[in-house]
Amino acid sequence: MNETELQDHFDGVIATDGRIEPRDWMPDGYRKTLIRQIAQHAHSEIIGMQPEGNWLTRAPSLKRKAILMAKVQDEAGHGLYLYSAAETLGVARDELLDLLHTGKQKYSTIFNYPTLTWADVGAIGWLVDGAAITNQVPLCRCSYGPYARAMVRICKEESFHQRQGFEILHTLSHGTAAQHAMAQDAIDRWWWPSLMMFGPPDAESAHSAQSTAWGIKRHPNDELRQRFVDMCVPQAEVLGLTLPDPDLRWNEARSHYDFGPIDWAEFKTVVRGDGPCNRQRLAHRVAAHEEGTWVREAALAYAAKERARSNGKEAAA
Amino acid sequence: MSETPWPLWEVFVRAKRGLSHSHVGSLHAPDAESALHNARDVYTRRQEGVSLWVVPTAAITASSPDEKDPFFGPAADKVYRHPTFYEVPEGAGHL
Repeated sequence: MNETELQDHFDGVIATDGRIEPRDWMPDGYRKTLIRQIAQHAHSEIIGMQPEGNWLTRAPSLKRKAILMAKVQDEAGHGLYLYSAAETLGVARDELLDLLHTGKQKYSTIFNYPTLTWADVGAIGWLVDGAAITNQVPLCRCSYGPYARAMVRICKEESFHQRQGFEILHTLSHGTAAQHAMAQDAIDRWWWPSLMMFGPPDAESAHSAQSTAWGIKRHPNDELRQRFVDMCVPQAEVLGLTLPDPDLRWNEARSHYDFGPIDWAEFKTVVRGDGPCNRQRLAHRVAAHEEGTWVREAALAYAAKERARSNGKEAAA
Repeated sequence: MSETPWPLWEVFVRAKRGLSHSHVGSLHAPDAESALHNARDVYTRRQEGVSLWVVPTAAITASSPDEKDPFFGPAADKVYRHPTFYEVPEGAGHL
């Protein structure tokens, strides 16, 4: 088939809401967009281990510690599913890590905020994972098969994350006055950055239109953001906590909650690398990778030695 | 980047007895035994499986991805392989 026929076949699959699989022909732009998006998503999962890992040794009980450990392990697993999906597009794992380590590929801005108190672990579970789920559920129907399948696994696991966060906040909110204040403070700091997770308004979003045409993106950023706000307001009432937005109110005509303006200048600052923890997160990631080099090399050397040993045995027999 | 990467393995999970192994994804590991251990930790954290296979990705031979591949052609022109091809007279049961 020539290029036009290949393109026609690809367009046909997309038009009928079919799935593109790894060895199919695909336009370069489609491949590049997916590599960038899946890699950025994978990077977010593994960098996302850091803010929560910060509280592993200081969780208030053994039960909370075991739960948080399982959650952080899940984030590592999610990173691995996604790196595996990205690799089906013909890019190597170490290339992707290199792009992360040199700052050429980004991860979600949300992980550049610090976790100052235990309540932040709750806020991350409820708001950050809640926003992630809202973003990710439509990705289960993404036109690229391996990405969609990875998202199905991830979404199944994320719902535990969100519930454990909600439970932490609920417990704190209904505890002592100091615990309630700690929960409120966490919500005050995490609410707006969570709304930024949906990305800039669609009109300013660089890749939205093309990604939508390719079946990678299923809903506009603003629509998903609205969906998230509408879900959170009644949940905050159950928590007994206040979302830090004086403009937040039910709009009968729209059947949605109105909310105040988002500080996109702050978003841009964090994207640029000047958020509260950008340098710390990246430095920690690079150090972990470099300090693990000898382990990876030793494992390869051991594997080679074992292979040689068993080949020797076979030759002798 | 001068580091030699660990080889890639494809992972197959049997969800429960009575079902066949299904492909779930891939991972990097230095050898087969570590690939199995890593596969357990990455793909079966919630009892998703009772048995695992790991296969070096390089060892898999695949057909061409093209759906209209003549490779699959012979199956298309043998409609008589399907039971619906045959007319069953009225009253003939258990066919």
